[in-house]
Amino acid sequence: MICQHCGMKPATIHFTKIVNGEKSESHVCESCARDQGDAFPGMQPTFSIQNLLSGMMAQVQQPVEQRCESCGLSYSQFSKLGRFGCSDCYRHFETRLEPLFRRVHGHTSHIGKIPNRTAGQLKIKRELVDLKKQMQFHIERQEFEQAANIRDRIKELGDS
Amino acid sequence: MGLNKFIHEAMSEWMRGEGPESDIVISSRVRIARNLAGHPFPMLATTIQAEQVLADVKAIVHPMNEHRSESEKLAWIQMADLDDLQQQVLVEKHLISPNLLKDGRKSAVLLSENEAVSVMVNEEDHLRIQCLYPGLQVKEAWQQANEIDDLLEARLDYAFDEHRGYLTSCPTNVGTGIRASVMLHLPALVMTKQMSRILTAITQVGLAVRGIYGEGSEAVGNLFQISNQITLGQTEMEIIDNLLGVVVQIIEHERAAREMLVRDSKVRIQDKVQRSYGVLSHAAIMDSKEAAGRLSDVRLGIDMKLIAGVSAGILNELMVMTQPAFLQQYFQEKLSPDERDIRRAQMIRERMQQTKSNGGASL
Repeated sequence: MICQHCGMKPATIHFTKIVNGEKSESHVCESCARDQGDAFPGMQPTFSIQNLLSGMMAQVQQPVEQRCESCGLSYSQFSKLGRFGCSDCYRHFETRLEPLFRRVHGHTSHIGKIPNRTAGQLKIKRELVDLKKQMQFHIERQEFEQAANIRDRIKELGDS
Repeated sequence: MGLNKFIHEAMSEWMRGEGPESDIVISSRVRIARNLAGHPFPMLATTIQAEQVLADVKAIVHPMNEHRSESEKLAWIQMADLDDLQQQVLVEKHLISPNLLKDGRKSAVLLSENEAVSVMVNEEDHLRIQCLYPGLQVKEAWQQANEIDDLLEARLDYAFDEHRGYLTSCPTNVGTGIRASVMLHLPALVMTKQMSRILTAITQVGLAVRGIYGEGSEAVGNLFQISNQITLGQTEMEIIDNLLGVVVQIIEHERAAREMLVRDSKVRIQDKVQRSYGVLSHAAIMDSKEAAGRLSDVRLGIDMKLIAGVSAGILNELMVMTQPAFLQQYFQEKLSPDERDIRRAQMIRERMQQTKSNGGASL
């Protein structure tokens, strides 16, 4: 394939852009890609994980400027810096973080270590979630006896 | 105890060249990020707010040390009390990150006497607990970091959220806050041009690779660091097992490549290794890049039993000792880059000489 831009060199950069479901493709050679700069994010000399992240975050931006009430950091500042200002930012920007976490980590909920001091209640909560899933599983398979046993355990845990 | 040893001795536990798989794995590190509830993160903290965090952590050092053995006791070192060179030495020994020095007036480190544990205070996060072990000991490093974390958490209020886990300044660390990494010496994979293929594969399974002691992605001395990228939605053990699973395969590939080199081009390898050994033993000028490459060759020679009598520990130590700040600290004077290259060569010659007189390296 020949570069769409200069029509001379072979196209080595293939860039697919999907915006709101509309797909556009470009096939250019490396030097044309570098000349066009912004059109090809991967070709920018300052390409880094921070840029990549803030690029991702910018996409989830909404028109109204949101600020963390505790530290005053705005969402656009957060997008630019790629850093939260304080632990409350997580709460204040909550609605916009889900897609970001999904993209960065492929997950949105923590399942690892819990601090000892909050461990007690949280472990019970996690076990409850787990048991409810198991109960659902047995109900779907019409294994009502097992489901009933689990229901009893859920009740016990819930009362404690 | 303390400061003098951290600054003047190059040798840390992690450099001893011992530990599992130490012919390929230099060291294993686990770092966990933690923040204190109710304090803005260091990036936004005013001097007063940052000092408050320093004071809160400093206050618990004594109680934390109560049941720890001498070699595990933690020393409190404030960056403001060190000069530029001393700070750089700690960076070159991998005991602190360059980032901790961004605003040295606001930051500190807790260092264990054996240098296996360091807790950076007011780095990107309020607390960065880091454990560094020689060889392939990621699980051991995690256990140690986990224990230090429990000690801190018993006395400090952490910023923790049920749903998101440990809250960190950067969204790439949220959840477990863990970054587990392994430093690998992979000269045979580089020589047989297999590295780029392996690098691509590694990044596809959620791990990151970078060169060490190099600018950007260039790996000086054939040293590569592999670490996890995902911190949320997996348990710490899953993250570590995933890393180990990949590292074990890379070790096998490196071993196979070394065997192939011996089988197919033994004389060439022997020449390369011994040539580097000769240069290290006799050169009068040596820049850091050349030193790293030559040290890598000799290390490969030792691990492949082509050279005897030089310990792998000395090479690890020289890797750190020949860095710019350590060199200047060692010779107790400020050196220009040209002067450094001369002193570096001198230092390496002396060390190689010492090994010889202690029983002798034989080719």
